[in-house]
Amino acid sequence: MEDNKKQPQPADMHKEREGGTPFSRREVLKMAGVGGLGLLLGSVGAGGVLAGTGKLGSRSDTASADAARSGRLPFYGTHQAGIVTPPQNFLCFAAFDLTVTRGEEVSQLFKAWTEASAKLCAGETVGTQNSQTGLPPDDTGEAVGLNPSNTSITFGISPSFFDERFGFGPKRPAGLVDLPRFPGDNLRSEWCGGDIGVQVCADDLQVAFHAIRNLTRIARGKAVLRWTQEGFQRTAAAGAPGETPRNLMGFKDGTGNPDVTDEKLMSDLIWTQASDGPAWMANGSYMAVRRIRLRLEVWDRSTLGDQEATFGRHRDSGAPLGLKNEFDPLPLDAKGADGKAVIPMTAHARLAHSETERILRRSYSYSSGLDRQTGQLDAGLFFVSYQRSLEKQFIPLQMRLAKQDKLNEYITHVGSAVFACFPGAKEGRYIGQELFEG
Amino acid sequence: MKSGLILTSAILAASVLASACGNTKEAVQPSAVASTPVPSAAPAAPAVDYTQAIDQYRTYVIEQCNAYVKATGEFTAAIKAGDLEKSKELYAPARMYYERIEPIAESLGDLDPAMDAREGDVEEKDWRGFHRIEKGLWMDGKTHGQEGYADQLLSDSKLLRAKVETVEIDSTLLLTGAVELLNEVSSTKVTGEEERYSRTDLYDIAANVEGARKIFDVLKTEVEKKDAELARTIDGRFNNLFKVMEPYKKGSGYVLYTDLTQDQTKKLSQAVDALAEPLSQMGKKLGA
Repeated sequence: MEDNKKQPQPADMHKEREGGTPFSRREVLKMAGVGGLGLLLGSVGAGGVLAGTGKLGSRSDTASADAARSGRLPFYGTHQAGIVTPPQNFLCFAAFDLTVTRGEEVSQLFKAWTEASAKLCAGETVGTQNSQTGLPPDDTGEAVGLNPSNTSITFGISPSFFDERFGFGPKRPAGLVDLPRFPGDNLRSEWCGGDIGVQVCADDLQVAFHAIRNLTRIARGKAVLRWTQEGFQRTAAAGAPGETPRNLMGFKDGTGNPDVTDEKLMSDLIWTQASDGPAWMANGSYMAVRRIRLRLEVWDRSTLGDQEATFGRHRDSGAPLGLKNEFDPLPLDAKGADGKAVIPMTAHARLAHSETERILRRSYSYSSGLDRQTGQLDAGLFFVSYQRSLEKQFIPLQMRLAKQDKLNEYITHVGSAVFACFPGAKEGRYIGQELFEG
Repeated sequence: MKSGLILTSAILAASVLASACGNTKEAVQPSAVASTPVPSAAPAAPAVDYTQAIDQYRTYVIEQCNAYVKATGEFTAAIKAGDLEKSKELYAPARMYYERIEPIAESLGDLDPAMDAREGDVEEKDWRGFHRIEKGLWMDGKTHGQEGYADQLLSDSKLLRAKVETVEIDSTLLLTGAVELLNEVSSTKVTGEEERYSRTDLYDIAANVEGARKIFDVLKTEVEKKDAELARTIDGRFNNLFKVMEPYKKGSGYVLYTDLTQDQTKKLSQAVDALAEPLSQMGKKLGA
């Protein structure tokens, strides 16, 4: 048989199995060979057919949760996926440094990456040479048989992309600014910068890693990895996807996020507009990335009262201090019997609250084993946010937090990067084409 | 001009407060019960009487502060005399008096950043204190240019001395202070971030641990009453930590942070965490 990619693939062949176990590309192809998959799917759906064969588990009660997990997100579109997309379970982030010398080689890389990414998001293997025994396969193979798992791949370029090397300098957006040094920053060069940032999110870590690995491989000779980070949050199997996830400090993280279904709000807060300039950035967004190490050992020995005062919220419910429900508005003016603010002036929730500096947080927890120097856990928050303007939204917000947040006792920012995320590409075009050919 | 004003008022405050304190100290003993601070969240168990512990601790803080002002005076005098070697020699020992009572200084608002902020903790224009001078001495290799910071540091240290007379030391400050001292160690000192130019982190670490030990000592009897096992555990882990530190003593001081191997740093850090964990249980037991 030729490689998988040349087989006719029904649009819905990546559908999940009912009952939780995704059915593999290989199984589907076998079935197609036997009876004509399109027909089977067209009549009762793969789940029904396979269930009839007794091959499936019986967890049909979780079928809808699984459907949400194993779906396929379109790669092409007005905006890149992975920004307002509901956060998937896992993250693989990679920052690359370009090693080429000509701008043309950069656009070639993005062309190749776009093509591969569309396939990766569809759950297909990349490349064409995957079955010739005399050649190394194009696709690294570890995602064969796995469903698309809602993979999204989001590309951005940093301020260093616009230095003297490729001649893109004149096209640098005014909005792509270097971050100032924030008080307390403890940045380490091994977690900072990079010419290109790639955020891969998926509901399966192996699928996400497969994407980063194959993009890295395609880039060899053109770009090298500078740093990477994997992230996680609780999976849909462990908790209801609609609920705000908790960070490793045990508190709900992201309660104040803006409503991504409100298109007007997203245009105001997240998507760069044509009027913001330059033209190639219209419908893009600016991404801020901070690797925030949590001093978990110290946190774990602080009292619950201290912890709650630090966040300004109750740990279990996520409600503002003194209130009952997570989404109750923060009572910023309320005073206790002692005359002090109920939500302390240095509480994280108070300081992070702003009408004008709203950002879309899309953070993941990370655990990278132990810090070999101290024997403590190297774990924390891989903070990712998207905003229309770094200068008007992220920077003033982070400056305020860096100066006053009580949380600073327990956290330290060790990594930092900013990227201008391209608009999405329409089918037949490639990511960044407006910049490279505009 | 400005620092001169602060200095004058500091000396005034110190002398006024010192005499006031002398009176209070004697007056407290007979009326101990009446003036017992009540923990904010009153437990069901009989309230612990902290009067004596707080009194002992205040005496300790004032002793350390006196020594701190003296040592800082010698350190800053060496800078102003242009003696680089002597300045470097006096730097870390002077800091130890401060590091032993750090939670007290931190409760006094801007004094801690004024004396102990590291580069990047505050805006460049506001950066002064020990670490600013540290950078000058070790990085630039000269005392010249540090004289102004030396003056400020000395006047800040005198202000601290004046303020500790009246600082409110309650049971919460005492109970959380011990853990905070160890948190300081495990957050920034055992990682070598504190003394990034002088590499004298082990002086700070030893002082923080000694300061925490002092707090435990003044509370020990009460902890024993509530939970003898916990008191034994804490005692044992303090001893273990001092044992881990022992090989790094050098003369009257300590070896440089960079003299430790990665394994030694890790062992030290893990001994600190092993102690801080039961120490953080102390508050619950005492009902603070």
